[in-house]
This record gives sequence, C-alpha cells and structure tokens, in this order.
Amino acid sequence: MEKCKVSFPRFGNYHIPLEFLFTKGLGVEYITPPPSTKRTLELGAKYSPDYVCSPFKFNLGNYIEAIEAGANTLVQTGGTCRLGYYGELQEQILNDLGYHVKFVNMSKASYSNPLTFYNEFKKINPNLNLQKVTSALIATLKMVECIDEIDDFVRQNVGFEVKDGEMEKIQDEYLETLKTAETKKDIEKITKNYKKKLKDVKVKKPKKLMKVGIVGEYYTIMEPFSNHFIEKELAKKGIVIYRWMNVTNSILHNTGKEQKKTIKPYVKYYMGATSMATVCKTLEWAKEGFDGIVHVKSFGCTPEIDAMPVLQKISNDYKIPILYFSFDSQTSETGIQTRLEAFYDMIMMRKEKK
Amino acid sequence: MKIGIPRAFLYYKYHYLWESFFEELGIDYIVSPFTNREIYKQGTIHAIDEACLSSKIYLGHIDYLLGKCDYILVPRVFGYEDGTVCTKFQAIYDVVNNTFREQNIHILYYNINPKETANEFRSFLKMGKFLGKKKAAITRAYLIAKQTQKINQMMDLQKQERLLERKELKILLVGHQYNVYDRYIGDPIIQTLKELGAISIIADICDKKEAIEASKKISETLPWAFNKELVGAIEIYREKVDGIILMSSFPCGPDSLVNEIVLRRVKGIPILNLILDGQEGSAGMETRLESFIDIIKLKKEDQHGKM
Repeated sequence: MEKCKVSFPRFGNYHIPLEFLFTKGLGVEYITPPPSTKRTLELGAKYSPDYVCSPFKFNLGNYIEAIEAGANTLVQTGGTCRLGYYGELQEQILNDLGYHVKFVNMSKASYSNPLTFYNEFKKINPNLNLQKVTSALIATLKMVECIDEIDDFVRQNVGFEVKDGEMEKIQDEYLETLKTAETKKDIEKITKNYKKKLKDVKVKKPKKLMKVGIVGEYYTIMEPFSNHFIEKELAKKGIVIYRWMNVTNSILHNTGKEQKKTIKPYVKYYMGATSMATVCKTLEWAKEGFDGIVHVKSFGCTPEIDAMPVLQKISNDYKIPILYFSFDSQTSETGIQTRLEAFYDMIMMRKEKK
Repeated sequence: MKIGIPRAFLYYKYHYLWESFFEELGIDYIVSPFTNREIYKQGTIHAIDEACLSSKIYLGHIDYLLGKCDYILVPRVFGYEDGTVCTKFQAIYDVVNNTFREQNIHILYYNINPKETANEFRSFLKMGKFLGKKKAAITRAYLIAKQTQKINQMMDLQKQERLLERKELKILLVGHQYNVYDRYIGDPIIQTLKELGAISIIADICDKKEAIEASKKISETLPWAFNKELVGAIEIYREKVDGIILMSSFPCGPDSLVNEIVLRRVKGIPILNLILDGQEGSAGMETRLESFIDIIKLKKEDQHGKM
C-alpha cells in the first residue's frame, strides 16, 4: 500500500500543531499545504461554484496545491454552517478533476458519539495506537494554546516596537522552532523561551492607547491572507489589537453559555456559527470603551450577515465605530487600504476630542 | 388583537397550520399581500446588502405589516429531527427584532429545537398561552390545524400526481417554496413555462419522509432538512419529468453547494441552474427558459425519431 501522506487546508499557523498530531500521534506523514497565495485562491475559485463563500475556495485551492506537493489523503472537518457540507462537494470536485486521493470527511462523524471520530481517523491509519494518539493530542492542544498566546501578545504590542519588524522575526523563529518539538514539555519550554524574547523587545507606548477589537467569521478572521493582513496593517499604525476568536477560545475553552447571557439585551437565540462570539465581543469591548471594532467575513457568510443588524444597534447604543469588511475572490487591495485609512483617521480624531 | 403573518419564508410551508390554528382559537389575523415591487424595495432598504434575496423579501413583508397589527408572527427554527436548517432560520427572530427595534416591533414567536425538546406542539402551547388561551382550547386548535395541514398537503400531492400523468412537457422545479411560489421572483418562471407549454412539477410537493430517505442516494452528508427534501424529490420524480430547473435566490448559502452536487451527480436529464437576484427585466430569464425548453423538445423528437 502507498504510504499515507495527509493534508488539511491551511489556516493561520495551525498547520504546525496539525503536523505534530498527524506525525507524532497517527504515525503518518503530513504535507503542509504551501502558504495561501493569489494562485491558491484562483485555483480554488476556478473549480468552485460561483457564489460559495471564499473559505471553500481557499480550502479547495489548498487541497490542489497539497496534492501537487505529494499529499494523497485529505481531511476536512465538519461545522455548523455551510462548512458542514464542504467535504462532500470538495471530494466530488477533486474526483471530477481526476485527482484520485483518499478523502476523510469528519462531517460523517458525530459529536454525540466520539467513537465515530476514532473510526474516521482509523481510515488514515488502521493500526492506530489510541495511547499514542491521546498523548499527542494533549500536546497538540497545548501547542495550539501556546501559538494563540504568542499571537495575542504580538497583536497587542507589535504596533509599538522601536525597531520595526523585530517581533515578527521572533514569532517566525518561534514557529520554526516549534516544529522541532517532540513532547509537550518541549513545547512549553520553547514557548517560555520565546515569550521572554518577545517581552524583551523594546517598545514605546503612548499615554493614550488606541484599542481596536477584531470580530467576525471563523476562517477569514484567522487566515491573514484571506483578510489581506488587515490585523497587522492596523496594529502597525500604533493600535492595540484585540481578537478573541482563535482555536483556543472557540473550541478548547468555549464560553457559549456566558456569551448568550452577556448578549441577552440584544439576542434571544443562538444565531449560528460564529455570530454569537461576534456579537458578544463587540458588546464587551464597546462597554470597555474601545476606540473601534472591525468586523470581517467572507462574502455571503449568513451567520455573520445576521450578526450585522445587532452590531449596528450596539454601535448606535455605545457610540462605537464599526468597520465592516466582506472579502471574496475579487476584493481589491486599494479599496481595503482606503477604508482602513479613513477608519483610522476617524477613530484618531475621536480619541483626540475625548 | 390582530396577528400579522408575513407571506414569505416559512409561510409557504406552514400557512395551513398557522391560519387554521388562529382561526380555531378565534384570533384575528392578516397575511401580507403577494410580494410586489414596493415590498421588495422596502426589504432591500432594511436588509444588509449581502443578505439573500429571500430574506430581503421577508423583511419587506415585516415592514408592510408594521402598524397594521398588534403582533407579527416570526417563528424561529433551530432544526428538525430530519436535519438542520440554514442559520438564517436560527437567527431570523433576532434579525427582525434588531432591524425593527426603533419601530417598536412586537413579535409573536415560537421556537422549534429538537435538542431542547421544543417540539411543534409544545411550542404552539406556549404561543397559545401567550395569546391568553386555555390549554384545552390550544390543544384542540393545534390538533385541528395539524389535521387541516395534513389534508391540504395530501390534496396538493394528489393534484400533482394527476399533473404527472399529463402528456405535455413536464419540468421539475427544485427550489425552496418561498422562492418558487413568491409572486415577484418565482411565479414569473412558472408562468413563462406555462406559456411555453410546459407543466411545472413542484419538488417541494412530495412525500417528505420518502424524500428525506431518497436524498441519501444523491448525497450522504447533506445537513439541511429543506434541501434534503428537495434533493430527495429529484430522486423521486426524475423518471417522470423531462427536465429539472434548480431555482435559488442569490446568494443562498445551502443552495450554493447543493446545486453543484446535483449538477455533478444527477446525469441523463437536462438541468438548468437559475439564480434569482430580484433584478428587473425578465427578458434574460425568458430567453434562458425558452432555449432550455427547446433543447428538451429537440432531444425528445430525436429519441422518438430513433424509435
């Protein structure tokens, strides 16, 4: 039998823990898809239905590029919105294109029965060692938390570094070093080390700090290429950027019940996918007096579209500016820049008036 | 007290149930008129730009009803035993509530969520109590309404079965009822087909249980109950019709994926993928329908020629 080479769509920096999980836990080779580029999106869009959301197109592009890089087994997750149906169609499209790969679709597994996940994983490696998987999984989750923690620190400080580009360089080095980790202990040690390095970077913060929170749809908010790196763009203007949405907060330590309580004055029912977090964080940050909120999503993302009337009310009630971005495969770079500049000027002027 | 029922979205699935429930309870209600240009226009003013056409129309109907009744019925559905629903139906209560907050909207609602055992009967009980009715009266009204719904759906099905026996060209319309039956977006297609001498067979009129089961033959992991019913109907009707039209409102989330699966997996029958975007001018749509029907006719003659 051909050796199993697994791949999963590119998504923030999470390909590193995924590689760890698949190689250390499942004992198979992992092919990291090349970083998403214009080509990735063009490839994906070419073979996708026209008005499907752009994460579908990115995922498909990643799959094709991963196959080109040698992958023969592709994994797709389940989800509560359209994402839950991505896998079956992507498998069909790849098949029709003549790519003969194994497709492991986690939406066939059921959350109410964890054993079904185990069965799906067994398709990747029939000689699965449950103990090995478990210990690798624990380390993987730790790695996710560490990556998110470092990411948070950079997001909140990178705008104030004295020497431009220092933090980014350290973060890149950190992610590279993480790839050498063998155990959970290694992960913790490496993270501790780089956290110190980051804290040692010289920063100069002004007295009046500008705070902007980023909210929005799962993929677009976490995959910087898909949102045209607006988070870094904003941070570099000397803004502290807050973002709650990451894998740690949304999956590992989900606070759905508390969120529902917080947003009760605005929302009675669960509105689907990431909309609850979007509303909740916007409201919390509005109450905390943030200078602005940026809402990002892929074009046509229903749950996030439905969160928007609520955000508009919060914006009115708390007098907090919200900038709305919707990305598709044809979004123009200059349009984004212009709107970001205008938003920045506006919150700057408001700050000075205060 | 007067209830306002928006003639959009779930109205088309439940109007027998709703109307007869309120009638039995002796509660006055009005239904908003067929979608027209003004309703559509108001909908687009209130809705987020990118929202799907059907949800814009829905908000247009809400706008129409404001000030004409005491409560507007906005049911909320989390999902069914048979599958989940587009998040639009999970969110619609709060979308309406926030969108029309300044107009001081009063919503009459019920919630369907199989996970919280919020089944239809219990939810109607709650709604009836909110309307100040007694449990016995509500139960009676619900049972009668349910019966009315069943009988009418059965009659619709029988009517359709008679249509299937006719000799004319038959086209299966695969689309959500709120699009197919909407006077502004779906009905013009049925009318054009009629002028072209074709009979419209409505996919959403079918045995639901059978359809849900049959959908698995086309797609295994399809999550949405409404789409399962439609895809299953394709499986049930495909041998009995001459062509299929997939009708979706732009940019419908579930349909964006499901239509593609259908196009790739349902072979041996002509399929037209129509996206309704509410734009004015029906010439483009008519041309497409005409050439679609022509192709089917040619194909049919060809087959007969061979025999």
